[in-house]
Amino acid sequence: MTQPLLSIRDLHLRMSSFDGRAHVLNGINLTVNRGEIWGLVGESGCGKSLTGLSVSRLQPTPPAHYTAGEILLEGHDLLKLSQAEMQRLRGKRIGMIFQDPTTNLNPAFRIGDQLVDVALAAAERDPDVIGCSPNAGRRERRQAARKLAGEMLARVGIPNALARLNDYPHQFSGGMRQRVLIAMALIGRPDLLIADEPTTALDVSVQAQILELIKNSVKDFDMGVVLITHNLGVVAQTCSHVAVMYAGNIVESGPVAAVIGNPVHPYTRALMSAIPTRETRRGELRGLAGSVPNLITPPPGCRFAPRCQFAQPACTAAMPTPVSVGDSHAAACIRVNEMEALVDD
Amino acid sequence: MLHFILRRLLLLIPVIVGLTIIMFAIARLLPGDPVALAAGPNATQAEIASLAVEYGLDKPIWVQYGNYVAGLMHGDLGTSLLTRRPVAADIKAYLPATLELVFAAMFIAVVVGIPLGLITAVWRNRWPDYLAQVGAIGAISMPRFFLGLLLQLCFAMWLMWLPLGGRLPIVVIPPRFVTGFLTIDSLIAGNWNAFFMSLRHLALPAIAMSLSPLATIMRMMRASTIEVMQQDYVMTARALGLPQRKIITKYVARNAVSATLTVIGLYFGWLLGGTVLVETVFDWPGLGLYATKAIVSQDMMPVIGVALVIGLLFVFANLVIDLLYGVINPKVRYS
Repeated sequence: MTQPLLSIRDLHLRMSSFDGRAHVLNGINLTVNRGEIWGLVGESGCGKSLTGLSVSRLQPTPPAHYTAGEILLEGHDLLKLSQAEMQRLRGKRIGMIFQDPTTNLNPAFRIGDQLVDVALAAAERDPDVIGCSPNAGRRERRQAARKLAGEMLARVGIPNALARLNDYPHQFSGGMRQRVLIAMALIGRPDLLIADEPTTALDVSVQAQILELIKNSVKDFDMGVVLITHNLGVVAQTCSHVAVMYAGNIVESGPVAAVIGNPVHPYTRALMSAIPTRETRRGELRGLAGSVPNLITPPPGCRFAPRCQFAQPACTAAMPTPVSVGDSHAAACIRVNEMEALVDD
Repeated sequence: MLHFILRRLLLLIPVIVGLTIIMFAIARLLPGDPVALAAGPNATQAEIASLAVEYGLDKPIWVQYGNYVAGLMHGDLGTSLLTRRPVAADIKAYLPATLELVFAAMFIAVVVGIPLGLITAVWRNRWPDYLAQVGAIGAISMPRFFLGLLLQLCFAMWLMWLPLGGRLPIVVIPPRFVTGFLTIDSLIAGNWNAFFMSLRHLALPAIAMSLSPLATIMRMMRASTIEVMQQDYVMTARALGLPQRKIITKYVARNAVSATLTVIGLYFGWLLGGTVLVETVFDWPGLGLYATKAIVSQDMMPVIGVALVIGLLFVFANLVIDLLYGVINPKVRYS
């Protein structure tokens, strides 16, 4: 079998703060292939965004410090690259979309110029991006990049794309701006797209369109996607796989149908039962008792144990390792195999 | 756009009315008799009285004010008691020298201050930043005339690279008056010698005037650059592989400059009103020297005229700045 597109192996990240060192990522394992959309879900502060930023190496070091692990992009460890080498990969091989489309476009420049700059930067590494020979003159390259920018805008569903290249970000609605940002992220034809809460700032109807757009782009561009979100509905709607994070660990991962249809980790189960359904009566919203642990002095053993209704003394003895419970479906819990019996009680 | 400019120009009317009323009131409140002063120590009472009649100074102050405003309508700023020449003609002769100096100083301040602000923001809390910050504190806290003296001592007396003062050497024939800016007029006349000479004379006073706006612009630019660098769109630009140099010089710089523009506009007015000391040190025949002489001899018409011209220029400068906001920040332009 060929190498996976992205393979994060046992990634540990420590963060220095005034209060001490926080063990923010604690052995992340994640493998993403082309054509897959991985949802990365979890509460705020569980490390899901940090995992995304780590792949593009956008997390400044210090305060961050990678203590162990590797991030392999088709076999090459990104953690070993210099920032200059990383800069050549960004936009070209790794595209990123962020949460808030109103603040992620530069307000002082026409969106055409912003798209062209990204395309030209990507073309520095691979002239094929703009379909122009590397020896071509500046003007010729700009023209080619501009043509591509127009095509990309049309592709992400912006009507009258060519004319809108001359518009400024504030002349677009929130959903349209997110489309522009997607066009910017895709214009360099990346192999991997990291989307950090791309729909959180949008209203629900626009959210569905944007997710559909990301889904279709995966087919068109043959990419792999890491979709970071805290919304399980988004995951169910969009992703092919999902990894559930809790306090710097991936507690359960696998194909969406398996994980959402049959969650085995107590945390995933708790998350699922917190989603209101038609049967939920007014005032009956169910949350999860307790709060995210302090990562400077994390609880011993399983980090979820203090909040887990099934916790046993053995849970605090050692960090649980992922246990396979089905076709590439795994959960990091020592009582996984008892879970069905426990739930039935 | 045109509507905006017109509205701002209408604002000039209250500025003019306010300035003239205040200046007239001050002229009346000041002790001493300017007419007697102008007539000279040996003038008789009758001579003083006839001089007062000649200049309309025997009339009540509101009549004087009415006459002044009437004259203002067709560009008459009154007549100087001291030089016995129309104030408008005097200002036309002296203003270009001051403007040339102020423009040159602002040019230096902007062209050096903005890149320095960017550089110190990018290298913040490292040695280039510390060096520039110490220099900036020094530049802001040192009086301009003292700085002028130091520059003269160093570059004119010891090194003898640049002239001590004046606008042109006596032996150089000044170019024909077009704008009144010797540098520009000599270029128009195609007189390269005069151009370089006037540039050499301009250098020291312009540097002396430029240092404190330069330091302020640099610090403003540094602060706003640091703020802009934390914006989401800078992160996006990095995440999509734009080179750091391009992000700073293109994406960050334009956003950071708009906050600095305000300071530039304010400093322009501040420099216009504050040229006196530098003009004195460098023997620069500008508006500051002219106004000082008029104040000392209680010659009120030139003082009012100069105040008026500086006030108008200040309003104009800030109008230009407001228009520049629109150029830099498209959001302002459309709303």
